[in-house]
Amino acid sequence: MLATQAMLEQGIHVEGINFYTGFCVEGHTHAIRKKDKAKPKRNNALWVAEQLGIKLHIIDVIDEYKDVVINPKHGYGSNMNPCLDCKCFMVRKAHEWIEEHNFDFIITGEVVGQRPMSQRRDTMPVIQRESGAEDRLLRPLCAKILPATLPEREGWVDREKLFGFNGRGRKPQIALAEKMGISDFAQPSGGCCFLTDAAYSGKLADLWSARGERRYELDDIMLLKVGRHLRPRPHFKIIVGREEGENRFLEGYRKQFTHLYTTSHPGPLVLLDGKANDNDLQLAAQLAARFSQGKMAETVRVELHEKGAAKRELDVTPLTNEEIPVEWYL
Amino acid sequence: MSHHQLDARRMLCPMPVIRTQNFVAKLPAGDTVDVLCTDPGALHDIPAWCRIHGHEIIGTQEQDGELMISVRVGANSD
Ligand code: SF4
Repeated sequence: MLATQAMLEQGIHVEGINFYTGFCVEGHTHAIRKKDKAKPKRNNALWVAEQLGIKLHIIDVIDEYKDVVINPKHGYGSNMNPCLDCKCFMVRKAHEWIEEHNFDFIITGEVVGQRPMSQRRDTMPVIQRESGAEDRLLRPLCAKILPATLPEREGWVDREKLFGFNGRGRKPQIALAEKMGISDFAQPSGGCCFLTDAAYSGKLADLWSARGERRYELDDIMLLKVGRHLRPRPHFKIIVGREEGENRFLEGYRKQFTHLYTTSHPGPLVLLDGKANDNDLQLAAQLAARFSQGKMAETVRVELHEKGAAKRELDVTPLTNEEIPVEWYL
Repeated sequence: MSHHQLDARRMLCPMPVIRTQNFVAKLPAGDTVDVLCTDPGALHDIPAWCRIHGHEIIGTQEQDGELMISVRVGANSD
């Protein structure tokens, strides 16, 4: 946001590009969970673009991004976040975009030293090189402590008016935002991507180890954001809706998954992912009963819709909390 | 001037916006599109996207959890 404003103040035409990887933390979770209804559902990138008065192009990179998450050349950060590969990828995509649309250079809001993995002095040139953007990549917020790029050398941009921020502290940025009259500036650190989230990363690692291969579809990574996930056996897990909004979202997956819900008592929708024999289905039904309002009842009736089979009804005793090992919770 | 329909039901934001953006990019100014969606976030995002790109929202309707957002393509569409 600040980097863009700095360019606009130099009279440069800027348009925004936002890449949608499937892991972005945006309206989804708010939209799914009913209790979050009161929170603003704005899309941050659109909101920022509107504040700045620039156009914004949102690009779906879901498929291409898989390779970044599955095989990051530079490895992961503290969770499953392949930040350096991710930056190289995004700048490469941005570079392709500017070539196609006749723009001259790319800017990012990176600051040297701000992130341990992807924004170090020695990784800055890696991004330039591996993205193919080379010296058409300008970082206005720390340009003064980096070698001059093409837009600076050509005089398209006045280097003197750029900045030399460095390190994790955000004070200079906040001061600059104030000077620019920007009071509400969007999410300063990290929280825009589920891959930096430890719980989410754990669920993704579980998915890969259960399948025996590192692969995912958009539905997989969407479902990891929703509900309680429990893996009672290596070959199957269940996803339990935690409230009405999640249940409604999970309903959309009924055709693809074996699913069950309690009929004698109100309860959540439960999806079963994996292969389950009759014992497993019985266990899943007991878990569904545990998360229903019949958890204290002697027996709970569960309707089971096995994929590719006729529906069945099971009368089960709900599991107690003590009977559910904590390791089952993902 | 033609009228179109775009189905973005069961998609979560920002997919409905991306679909709208890619669909509108192929249309001449003045055409209209009814975007059908189910993510309430779209009620916020599609109008925001339209404001930024100079398109006009000509109406929104909600029925049984389904939304219809009607957009008129602006002159400066890209
Ligand atoms: S936090 Fe997520 S989106 Fe941001 S650089 Fe890292 S992997 Fe990419």
